[in-house]
Amino acid sequence: MYLTRLALTDFRSWAVADVSLEPGVTVFSGPNGEGKTNLVEAVGYVATLGSHRAAQDAPLVRRGAERAVLRAAVTSTDGSSILEIEVNPGRANRVRLNRAPLTRPREILGVLRTVLFAPEDLALVKGDPGERRRFLDDLLVAMAPRYAAVRGDYDRVLRQRSALLKSAGLKSGRSAQARDAIAATLDVWDAHLARTGAELLVGRERLVRALRPLVERSYTAVVGAQGPAAIAYRRSFGEAAPGGTGNTAERQNAEKSAGTRGAELGMAEAGLRDALADARTSELDRGVCLVGPHRDELELFIREMPARGYASHGESWSLALALRLASFDLLRAGREDPVLILDDVFAELDAGRRDRLAALVAGAEQVLVTAAAPADVPPVLAGARFTISGGVLTRAG
Amino acid sequence: MYEGVIQHLIDELGRLPGVGPKGAQRIAFHLLAADPEDVKRLAAALVEVTERVRFCRTCGNVAEADECRICLDPRRDLSVICVVEEPKDVAAIEKIREFRGRYHVLGGAISPIDGVGPDELRIRELMTRLSDGTVTELILATDPNLEGEATATYLARLVKPMGLRVTRPASGLPVGGDLEYADEVTLGRAFEGRRLLDV
Ligand SMILES: Nc1ncnc2c1ncn2[C@@H]1O[C@H](COP(=O)(O)OP(=O)(O)OP(=O)(O)O)[C@@H](O)[C@H]1O
Ligand SMILES: [Mg+2]
Ligand SMILES: [Zn+2]
Repeated sequence: MYLTRLALTDFRSWAVADVSLEPGVTVFSGPNGEGKTNLVEAVGYVATLGSHRAAQDAPLVRRGAERAVLRAAVTSTDGSSILEIEVNPGRANRVRLNRAPLTRPREILGVLRTVLFAPEDLALVKGDPGERRRFLDDLLVAMAPRYAAVRGDYDRVLRQRSALLKSAGLKSGRSAQARDAIAATLDVWDAHLARTGAELLVGRERLVRALRPLVERSYTAVVGAQGPAAIAYRRSFGEAAPGGTGNTAERQNAEKSAGTRGAELGMAEAGLRDALADARTSELDRGVCLVGPHRDELELFIREMPARGYASHGESWSLALALRLASFDLLRAGREDPVLILDDVFAELDAGRRDRLAALVAGAEQVLVTAAAPADVPPVLAGARFTISGGVLTRAG
Repeated sequence: MYEGVIQHLIDELGRLPGVGPKGAQRIAFHLLAADPEDVKRLAAALVEVTERVRFCRTCGNVAEADECRICLDPRRDLSVICVVEEPKDVAAIEKIREFRGRYHVLGGAISPIDGVGPDELRIRELMTRLSDGTVTELILATDPNLEGEATATYLARLVKPMGLRVTRPASGLPVGGDLEYADEVTLGRAFEGRRLLDV
């Protein structure tokens, strides 16, 4: 699939922007702070309803404006679609697909699919576990948009259950009857947490099993011979997940025993329920939810050592790239290519890695590249060029 | 900001659900331009509703007497109670004209974020109604969203020792939704295909 047009109103630094695009490579270049990343950030927002660098929507609306409007035209094998999003910070966004309003914004997910590489990706390797969980969940939604609902449900159960744990802690001095009532209500939330948590957990575990060989391959492709890199999913409770260990032999055994999705779901749900029962007392003491996919970890290894804390800066960067490349491979397998976005990634890489990365992505259906210095972009990524200067976008070739 | 009384009206209207500041202003100026007799009828209706409408002491539905129209109707089936969150849900289910039992309005759903636990809902009143053995089926028609599901599970567990038939309207209702917004055909089908809740 590819974008044929992107039009913005009051998005970030852009009062208005309107770009026509073609399949193949398009490079946006210009001095720092001119709004290059803002453009591709908008593309990512249309695909995912979120920004890769702002947790909230408020910073996305141009200073002084009330709302931002993003419009994108996409051509895919299903035909052409027009996506329109009105970003209203603090209130519900309004989303239209082919001019028809959607009741829920998330119905737009999946119409445009993107994979975005950005300097912020370094946090995938060096940052908190939350960064890696978000990486998995975003990819899960890109693979199967119904996971947006699963994730939303899980977040809500978690908030409800955490609120209950907190208030239960405050009431701990109360009568036995009051404590029984709290326990009965908590039982109900446990059941819901186990059910939605199992969906998310099994989704992530299956995703990691599919992603693992692709990450290994991409890492080798980027760095040459200094691998291997490996990834593994670690649950916050109980025994290791099927295939959740870094050890190859053990892992292969576990993979064989991983059953159908239904069986995995049943086991994960039972496992979560048991773990919640075990953790009940300490959860009540601390007033926080200690068990569930919100505490799991995507472990990353380079030459069998944990990447976080061991890997060099360049190795961390390469592993982050490998995670994105593997996502791209997974998303395009058996389907049309997602739109590939490379925000300022070449400046960070040495010449060898730059060229290898460029070669890996050059064949994608559409690639959008930003760079302050056009010279940083390897020649295989020749294509349409735009320059931005003084907030004005000009086609340069 | 407008002159005292007008601004006062706009402020009051703005506190109504679904009415924003702009809407409140539009309604206020519409009322100013309307026939004073029409406006007086509206005002009288507002006063009347606050004076005459109460909540049914049995089921919690809106009522004009101690008990509501449904609880007072001798033709209703006493063996079935349909549990809902709000009076508006009673109205939605009544519209499909298939359910012949009686209701119990909880006054909300369990939601710790909002400080609503079982004690804040009319659950004790429900247990009292169930205690004499007249009721044999309980339909848990709380909203098909997370809080509604949790409330249904809680109630199903609570009444389990009583050996009632406990059912929940079949899925097919828009998930994450509000009972009130389901169309009549969907709601009718959901009631027909209600399933036993096993907890
Ligand atoms: N909500 C906003 N309203 C107005 N301007 C904004 C807003 N958010 C960001 N900006 C401005 O946008 C500019 C950053 O744009 P962007 O990140 O796209 O730069 P860039 O061209 O990618 O630069 P670099 O080459 O440094 O990566 C900053 O100057 C910032 O002040
Ligand atoms: Mg940038
Ligand atoms: Zn009544």
